[in-house]
Amino acid sequence: MKEYQTITEISGPLVFVETDEPVGYDEIVEIETSDGETRRGQVLESTSDYVAIQVFEGTSGIDRKASVRFLGETMKMPVTEDLLGRVMDGTGQPIDGGPEIVPDERQDIVGAAINPFSREYPEEFIQTGVSAIDGMNTLVRGQKLPIFSASGLPHNDLALQIARQATVPEEEEGGDDEEGSEFAVIFGAMGITAEEANEFMDDFERTGALERSVVFMNLADDPAVERTITPRLALTTAEYLAFEKDYHVLVILTDMTNYCEALREIGAAREEVPGRRGYPGYMYTDLAQLYERAGRIEGREGSVTQLPILTMPGDDDTHPIPDLTGYITEGQIYIDRDLNSQGIQPPINVLPSLSRLMDDGIGEGLTRGDHADVKDQLFAAYAEGEDLRDLVNIVGREALSDLDNKYLDFADRFESEFVDQGFDTARDIDETLELGWDLLSMLPKEALNRIDEELIEENYREDEDAAAEAVEAEA
Amino acid sequence: MSQATDTDVREDGIIESVSGPVVSARDLDARMNDVVYVGSEGLMGEVIEIEGNITTIQVYEETSGVSPGEPVEGTGSPLSVDLGPGMLDAIYDGVQRPLDVLEEKMGSPYLDRGVDAPGIDLDKTWEFTPEVSAGDEVAPGDIVGTVPETPSIDHKVMVPPDYEGGEVVSAESGSFDVEETVVELDNGEEISMRQEWPVRSQRPADEKQTPTEPLVSGQRILDGLFPIAKGGTAAIPGPFGSGKTVTQHQLAKWADADIVVYVGCGERGNEMTEVIEDFPELEDPTTGNALMDRTCLIANTSNMPVAARESCVYTGITIAEYFRDMGYDVALMADSTSRWAEAMREISSRLEEMPGEEGYPAYLSARLSEFYERAGYFENINDTEGSVSVIGAVSPPGGDFSEPVTQNTLRIVKTFWALDADLAERRHFPSINWNESYSLYRDQLDDWFVENVREDWPEVRQWAIDVLDEEAELQEIVQLVGKDALPEDQQLTLEVARYLREAWLQQNAFHDVDTYCEPEKTYRIVNAIQTFNDEAFDALEAGVPVDEITDIDAAPRLNRIGVQEDYGAYVDDLEEDLAAELQEKY
Ligand SMILES: Nc1ncnc2c1ncn2[C@@H]1O[C@H](COP(=O)(O)OP(=O)(O)OP(=O)(O)O)[C@@H](O)[C@H]1O
Ligand SMILES: [Mg+2]
Repeated sequence: MKEYQTITEISGPLVFVETDEPVGYDEIVEIETSDGETRRGQVLESTSDYVAIQVFEGTSGIDRKASVRFLGETMKMPVTEDLLGRVMDGTGQPIDGGPEIVPDERQDIVGAAINPFSREYPEEFIQTGVSAIDGMNTLVRGQKLPIFSASGLPHNDLALQIARQATVPEEEEGGDDEEGSEFAVIFGAMGITAEEANEFMDDFERTGALERSVVFMNLADDPAVERTITPRLALTTAEYLAFEKDYHVLVILTDMTNYCEALREIGAAREEVPGRRGYPGYMYTDLAQLYERAGRIEGREGSVTQLPILTMPGDDDTHPIPDLTGYITEGQIYIDRDLNSQGIQPPINVLPSLSRLMDDGIGEGLTRGDHADVKDQLFAAYAEGEDLRDLVNIVGREALSDLDNKYLDFADRFESEFVDQGFDTARDIDETLELGWDLLSMLPKEALNRIDEELIEENYREDEDAAAEAVEAEA
Repeated sequence: MSQATDTDVREDGIIESVSGPVVSARDLDARMNDVVYVGSEGLMGEVIEIEGNITTIQVYEETSGVSPGEPVEGTGSPLSVDLGPGMLDAIYDGVQRPLDVLEEKMGSPYLDRGVDAPGIDLDKTWEFTPEVSAGDEVAPGDIVGTVPETPSIDHKVMVPPDYEGGEVVSAESGSFDVEETVVELDNGEEISMRQEWPVRSQRPADEKQTPTEPLVSGQRILDGLFPIAKGGTAAIPGPFGSGKTVTQHQLAKWADADIVVYVGCGERGNEMTEVIEDFPELEDPTTGNALMDRTCLIANTSNMPVAARESCVYTGITIAEYFRDMGYDVALMADSTSRWAEAMREISSRLEEMPGEEGYPAYLSARLSEFYERAGYFENINDTEGSVSVIGAVSPPGGDFSEPVTQNTLRIVKTFWALDADLAERRHFPSINWNESYSLYRDQLDDWFVENVREDWPEVRQWAIDVLDEEAELQEIVQLVGKDALPEDQQLTLEVARYLREAWLQQNAFHDVDTYCEPEKTYRIVNAIQTFNDEAFDALEAGVPVDEITDIDAAPRLNRIGVQEDYGAYVDDLEEDLAAELQEKY
């Protein structure tokens, strides 16, 4: 292996080296600084006389005399089932003091694209126990469903609640003979604070989840460039466990915003023409290469479900990070600042939230036959109530019709009963849908135009309507 | 690590540098847009710039591990598609490699590199029946025979447009593979079932005509308010999650085209899987055959190489033109053209070209119009008539329609279906905003609707538009003072408009019956609402209070017409009940 001491330029996270032998694009590089420290990096551009290297651990301390070795291969992740229960840093080095990892295989971390022909369409309902998700924006196995949040909001609590409570109902009933398809959590942290990290680790330890988890930690004070590989290590591990070892893997990636900032930093250092708001023009493609690594594959038992978390700068969902994410993922769950300040837990705003894989994942035999209709009606009624809230501020409740007043009451109860369940309550899908019917029965039958008439006959609570009216009369 | 595979790459040139999908080579003798094989693995690429001794190539596969010094081989031919029987029911990547074949060859569900496969199966044999015999004169484009390709489609074998044509010497019927000669001409030209065509050039046609027939979509808001013509162009811009893909899928399923080419350009893998899983089980409402039998899929998903995202729309439109040449009506959906434009931008920036608006290359607008220009209702060079309709989704950053791709597209297309995040949020689907959308084909298609559906189609539609317009105005007042402060007649108008929105404009793509609505049913629904309107205003004039009118039992049934299979009888009853119930009140 040839060693070069021909660094010509160091700029931000980039190092330029003169070479006289060809070096492969994307290849891994080791740089030894004059005080004997080793840094790793990756080839960003390769020409016949020089190479541009992106250094993961930062360039400080590197000088012209540092020696550069090209390892002749692209970055690999050593994978094995023994990774379960282990904690690693953002570059995949164990930091839990555990035994050395003996890999089963070494896999390229830039996973090849799944052939669309080989995919299997995800349609297996995951019960998260959270009504705003299960009832309104159902998650299925193999989906990529990000949490759109913002600073100061409890997205981590929601992610942890999902990781704790997620089950697939039939399997529960199937009992222990369900072998092989076990559940695993992969946690990829990018630039989060030590405090946040502890929150996750404590919860994993308290609930015993750590045993079936693999943790990759790049903290706020770790090098930013390293963040660009952390999610790839996490996803490579996920794919291995899912598609070779039959696990149903839930990947939590947080915070994607920090990941994107790192991309921007590298782009700026390379003096690339920036795209929207300074983020690289290829950020869509780059993010897609992460998010599209969720899914199911024909003939394989396991699945990779992704729950990326991102904090929207300025609570703005048109910012390139949430925007590009939304264009790639299969829906999104919005955490809402207003609901949060009202003390609603989890503060999920169901209206802008969406699960695109819901339509095929619910219904008779999957969840319940009335799920789709109930969901549609709940959405319509809540949207109506939400709209009326603006109006009521201007004209007052008296100026509104009876029906409008019912919609307003509905919206209030929807938030305080349906959404606000607390971070420690798990509701099964029956409970969620029955609660939905309770609330819908506040409205007159004729207003339930999204629901099949037979279902209304079967489920409508005649007395709720009367009860609601009685309450109103009293008021 | 890049490892030399068994594919031998001839050293016509040598790699000079590698930067993502862009590779430059020296000493390569190639023409612009020629296909080349790059590196020792023979990755497929296309020449996009020639400067001095340096040739710049966009590579259609991942370039990790490729290094300077590796060989580049020229093929001397431009990026082309294979055309012939076997394209329907197929799923291709952006450079027409069949994804099912790739899966088999690679033995893995992941896309490996350096594996090539022809666009059509070269070994499969087809039953060819000639339509010419010895002594006949044939010209370029002429149909010389047919092959039953799928139960719905007869594949027409044509003289390639770049042939000279002449007298038929022999024409044989029987079973052939696509490379065997089926017809021979006196000038020595041999016609097989397969031809090639460079994707970046339009296939020749005689004349573009003004389209007069609608591409009936079975979607009420489209057929009813904003129809697209066969041979027309449409754009669907909208923010994420607003319904672009569902609308495109609905068109691919239910539009009355003979052939559908669906291009998934830089979007989700699962959306393509959905089509592959659903379409074989769905029936074409006009022929009753499996939908897949008329569909050709091109899938270059967001995680697949970016350069192939740039080429996939061309691959798609060339295949569409080929079927047009047979006299078919073809509909092409491209989801999403923004990803194509972004791929152009990414390549352009790696070439360090001067960026135009928002970093897009200055030729963005030219490329878009060249592409949409390939749509149209054509008289073909073989005197048949065929059409290519193009429907492009646009994904504007932040949902802001003022960005360059949306704006440049709107300057070209004639139908604009504006998706609206607000409507999507309240689950009003399809969330096409009826105030902003338009179709410039509306008037030229009226004759068709008058003749084939109902005589008063244009008047009924105009009535619906007027009510919706009035609603939009009234809503502004309601926002200030509440509904109850409006005069009774305006309150009634709001109620009628609500039924137009809920019973007519909304349509659930996931409901077995509602998903497809024939034009007759589209008409009957508005008509029923109009009946309610007329009876209700009569009642109001006779002094019945508006609350009593809107409270009648029959009215909410309007919202259920969409889900009725036997809607005729249902509407008849409903109209009777509406009239009876209202007339009873005075
Ligand atoms: N006609 C419809 N009927 C019922 N649901 C619909 C309809 N159109 C859209 N939807 C709902 O909206 C969701 C999002 O639609 P779709 O995937 O088409 O959005 P999109 O505009 O393509 O988004 P992106 O740009 O992110 O791809 C669907 O998953 C579906 O739940
Ligand atoms: Mg889409």
